[in-house]
Amino acid sequence: MSDRPIIRVQHVVKAFGKVTAVNDVSFDVRAGEIFAFLGPNGAGKTTTIKMLTTLLRPTTGSLELDGLDVTAHPMDVRKRFGVVFQDPSLDSDLTAWENMDIHGVLYHVPRHPRRERCEILLRMFELWDRRDDLVKTFSGGMKRRLEIARGLLHTPKVLFLDEPTLGLDPQSRNQMWTHVRSLNQTERVTVFLTTHYMDEADRVADRIAVIDHGRIVATGSAAELKDQTGTDSLEAAFLALTGTTIRDESATAADQMRQVARVWRR
Amino acid sequence: MAVIFVLWLREVKKYLRSRVQIVASLGGPLMYLGVLGFGLGPVFRRAGEGSYLQFMAPGVIGMAVLFTAMFSGIAMLWDRQFGFLKETLVAPVPRLAIMIGRTLGGATVAVLQGALIFAVTLIAGFRPESVLAVPLAFLVIVLIAVVFAALATAIGSTIKEMQGFQMVMNFLVMPIFFLSGAIYPLQGLPRVLAALTRIDPLTYGVDGVRGLLTGSAYFGVGLDLAVLFGVGVLFVAAGAWRFSRIEA
Repeated sequence: MSDRPIIRVQHVVKAFGKVTAVNDVSFDVRAGEIFAFLGPNGAGKTTTIKMLTTLLRPTTGSLELDGLDVTAHPMDVRKRFGVVFQDPSLDSDLTAWENMDIHGVLYHVPRHPRRERCEILLRMFELWDRRDDLVKTFSGGMKRRLEIARGLLHTPKVLFLDEPTLGLDPQSRNQMWTHVRSLNQTERVTVFLTTHYMDEADRVADRIAVIDHGRIVATGSAAELKDQTGTDSLEAAFLALTGTTIRDESATAADQMRQVARVWRR
Repeated sequence: MAVIFVLWLREVKKYLRSRVQIVASLGGPLMYLGVLGFGLGPVFRRAGEGSYLQFMAPGVIGMAVLFTAMFSGIAMLWDRQFGFLKETLVAPVPRLAIMIGRTLGGATVAVLQGALIFAVTLIAGFRPESVLAVPLAFLVIVLIAVVFAALATAIGSTIKEMQGFQMVMNFLVMPIFFLSGAIYPLQGLPRVLAALTRIDPLTYGVDGVRGLLTGSAYFGVGLDLAVLFGVGVLFVAAGAWRFSRIEA
């Protein structure tokens, strides 16, 4: 592990009209670590990931990935990360192999190494036997695994996972984290994940940042957060830091479409 | 180039795999061809205009191309939230390449659909005046497809809600079809309607196909091609601009 942070976020603000989704957020992620972004619904987790992955521009502040300014050099930054979004981004009318292959072309991975790496990753994620099946015939867990495999195809330095285990059964969740842990070891890839499952953050993450109302309220290892709040579980620490009120997000167009999607897909 | 090709190929593959959708999409044009074609045929003939099937077949082909091309943009709306679009937007490739790949893919699918309807009209009894004009007619069909696939990209990049889809269908796609002269002749229309038909790009598309296949163009094939080409350039530019502004 090197000391230079692979991700550096400084005083970032993102406002959508009158709503400030992210409000003066600063943090560092060290190369090679598993970093968890923890927070209630609507805390600003996804907005932060979207800014780091070049999909949104910050209103003010600076974001750096691998020493490159994210807003100034989006193309170079994009080559350096892989991402699994909260909503699926696979093409379900194509096969697993085709999804992988298109990704390789988009990331300029030459044909030969592309095929080799597709095979390695599909085998690793136990999808090799189903490579020629259409993705729409896959279970939720398989789709997620395929998305992670795809995100790693171009050997990124950072892998972003936005709530990767949402809607998965405990078995799939367990298996997914085993994979992520071992990838972090074998591929030396830095993992930046968001979740609101405390047990997952506790088990997988080297360091955790708790975000609430668009601000970072605490950063540290799970043990440090428990110490800091004088609690004995991460869940209690989380509640101590963020309060116990339930957050009601106002529904956006995306939420409405998500409702429709639940009925139509799966 | 590889990026444009792979995204184009994706659209075409998806089309060829969706047999059910292909058959379903034949429904609309077939109904117009069958019900209107044969239903209004006798009236049309009595008015001294000849065979109505012969007249409206190019219109129905234009309709199929219009609907298929526009649908590709609507599909993008969905793709943006629950699909593949985001994957391409975070890839280290220029937005323009993505937009061109998608739009050409959508346009190709629309041309294939148009060819399918053309075959159906032949079975129904439509007879082109000359076989030699058919490839030229397909050039016009390609232009129609590009014009509306690009328009669809512009719209798909702009609206966010699924409800917007109904708006686009009712207030844009249906008027474009009904004002295009696909199902009635452009001669002797009331002034307002005549003016409206002239600002509808599909009018020139249908007129071009009709001119080439049946020998009776209202504006002349040259003008039709020029207008379609001009509008095509304009819409592709608009689509590229709107697409470059998407924030996922």
